[in-house]
Amino acid sequence: MTIPSTAAPPAAHEAGALAAQAKQRKRGGRRRPAISRRGELLTGYTFMTPWIIGSLVFTLGPMLWSLYLSFTDYHLILGGDFIGLDNYTAMFADPMFSRAVKVTLLYVVLAVPLKLLASLAVAMLLTQKRRGIGFYRAAFYMPSLIAMSVGMALVWKALFAADGPQDQFMSLFGWEGGGFIGNPDVSILMLVLLSVWTFGAPMVIFMAGLLQVPGELYEAAEVDGAGKWHRFVHITIPMLSPVIFFNVLMETVHAFQMFGPAFIIGGTAGGPAWSTLFYTVRIYALAFVDLRMGYASAWAWMLVLAVGVVTLIMFRAAKNLVYYAGEDNK
Amino acid sequence: MTAATTAEHAAAEPRVVGRRQRTGAERGKSVLWHLCLLASLVVVLYPAFWVLTASIKPNADIITDLSPIPTTVTWENFASAFDGLAGVPLWRFFWNSFVIAALSVVGIVVSCSITAYALGRLEFPGRKAMFAVVIATLLLPGQVMLIPQYLIFSELDVVNTIFPLVIGKFLALDAFFVFMYIQFLRGIPRELDQAATIDGAGHFRIFFSIMLPLLRPAIVTSSIFTFIGSWNDFMGPLIYLHEIEKFPLPRLLQSYNNTEAVSNYGGMMAMTLLSLVPVVLFFLVFQKFLIKGIATSGVKG
Repeated sequence: MTIPSTAAPPAAHEAGALAAQAKQRKRGGRRRPAISRRGELLTGYTFMTPWIIGSLVFTLGPMLWSLYLSFTDYHLILGGDFIGLDNYTAMFADPMFSRAVKVTLLYVVLAVPLKLLASLAVAMLLTQKRRGIGFYRAAFYMPSLIAMSVGMALVWKALFAADGPQDQFMSLFGWEGGGFIGNPDVSILMLVLLSVWTFGAPMVIFMAGLLQVPGELYEAAEVDGAGKWHRFVHITIPMLSPVIFFNVLMETVHAFQMFGPAFIIGGTAGGPAWSTLFYTVRIYALAFVDLRMGYASAWAWMLVLAVGVVTLIMFRAAKNLVYYAGEDNK
Repeated sequence: MTAATTAEHAAAEPRVVGRRQRTGAERGKSVLWHLCLLASLVVVLYPAFWVLTASIKPNADIITDLSPIPTTVTWENFASAFDGLAGVPLWRFFWNSFVIAALSVVGIVVSCSITAYALGRLEFPGRKAMFAVVIATLLLPGQVMLIPQYLIFSELDVVNTIFPLVIGKFLALDAFFVFMYIQFLRGIPRELDQAATIDGAGHFRIFFSIMLPLLRPAIVTSSIFTFIGSWNDFMGPLIYLHEIEKFPLPRLLQSYNNTEAVSNYGGMMAMTLLSLVPVVLFFLVFQKFLIKGIATSGVKG
C-alpha cells in the first residue's frame, strides 16, 4: 500500500526543525503551472475553513482570553476585576502551588526516563530476528491503550491498597510501609508505575527507528573490532537520536499534563497529604470546584510558560545532541 | 523510496530472514531471549489479568486474596454491574460512550483529511504559517484553553450536552491527526495529482476520487485511535456532563467509585472490566494498523 517515505525519525525531524523543514520543502516543492494557482488558493482556504474557524474560536481566542483572565480575579458567579499581576504574585505565596509543582516535577523526572529506558530496552530486544516478535510487541503495546482510563485507575487503586497485591508482595521482603495509596512518601510511585506501564507506545516508535539504522554500520564497526557496548554508544544512540529526541519531547510534554488517573487516585485534594496533587488537578479544582477562574487561568499560563521553557531548552540541546543522518547530503 | 519501503515493511512485521544454522550457543541465546520477554510479559499483563479475576471474586476476597484462580467464583458482580447506577442501566452508559465516540470518529476523519490535504498538497498564501500553528498546538498544554472554552460553551447554553465534547473534532483541532494524515499524504506520489490535473480534474475531484481512497490506512488508524481516545476521555465529560443519564462510562465509574464502591466493590470491578472490553477487542482486531500508525507518525494512543 502507500508507504510514507518518512517514517519515525522524520517525524522527529519534523518536530525538531521547522526551519530546516521549510527549506526542504522549498527544494522538494515542484513548480506547477500558474493556471492551477488560483484554484489552489480557493480550494486551500475552503478546505482550511473548519480549522481556521476552530483555531480562532477554540484555540487562539481562548488563549488570549485566558491570558486576560489571568490578570483578573474573575469568579464564575461573583465576576471579577482587573488586578494586574496579583494572581502571579499570589501564586508564589500559595503553599498549594509549591506542592503541585513539586509533585508534577517529581513525576516528570521519574516517569519519563524510566518509561523511555524500559521502552528502549524492550525495543532493542524486539528488533532482533526471532520468532514471536509480533505477539510480544502487541502484548507490550496493549497497556498503552487502557492505562489512562478511569477503569484502570480504579484497578491501580486496588493493586496498591493496604493488604493488596503490592503490599503483600513487598511485605515478603520486609516492607512495612503498607499500600502505596495510603502512604504519602511513596504514593506518587503508583502514578509513575502507571506511566511506565505504557512503555509500549514509545517502544513501537523506537522499534521503527532501530529498524532504519543501516546494518552495514554495525558490520563495519564489528570488522573494526568494536564491542557491543561501543556499537550501542557510537552507532545506535547517534542514529536513533532524532527518535529519542521525539520521544523525550512528547513524553515530557504529556507528563506535565497528567490528569485523569491522578484525579481518580488522589481526588481534587491530591491525597494522601497532597502527595498526588498534580498541577492540572489543582487547575481543575481551582477553576471548576472553587470557581476561581481568574486565578486558575494564571496557573494555566504558568504551565504553558513552564512547558514552553522546557521545550525550548530541549530544542536547543537537540541542536548539538541530535544527529540527522543524511542531512548534509540531501 | 525503496529503502523506506523495506524499512516500513520491517517495522510492520520483522521476519526471520535467512535463518542461520542453529548452534548450541545460538539456541541458548534464543531461550534466554524468550525467557526475558516472557518474564516481563507476566509483569506487564498482571494488572489486566488481575481485573479479570477480580470481577468474579466475592467482595471480601478482591483485594486481599491473591490467588490467580478465585477460591470462590461468583457472577453476582456482573449482575449488579448490569444494574448500572441510580436506576440507570449499564447499557445506557455504553450507548452514551458509543455516541460520543462515533461522532468523534466521523468528525476527525472528515475534518482532518481535508485540512491535511490543503496543508500537505496545495500551495496558498499562509499555508506555512498554518502548518506551523498545527505543529505548535501538538505541544501546547490544552489546560490553558479550558476555562474560556467552558465560558464560551456556557454562553452558547450547550453545557450538559455532548456538543462541547465533539465540536473540536469536526474543526480539525486534533493536531495529532492532521499531522498523521499529512505524513500519509506524503507517501502518495505527486505524479497522481499531476496526471489527474492534466486529465482536467479539479482539486475537489482529486481529493475525493484519488486521495480519499488512498488514505484508507490513515482513515482506519485515526478512527481507531479516536474511538479509543474518546472512550477513555475523562476530563471532557467531567467538566461538561452533569446528569447521570448523560454520563459516558468513565464518568459512571468515577461516580460509582464515589458512591457504591464501598458496599459493592465487585460490581465496580465487573463494570471496569466491561468498560475495557471494547478497547481491547478493537486492539486485537486492528493491532497491526494501530502499531503501524504510531510508528509512522509518532501518534500516541
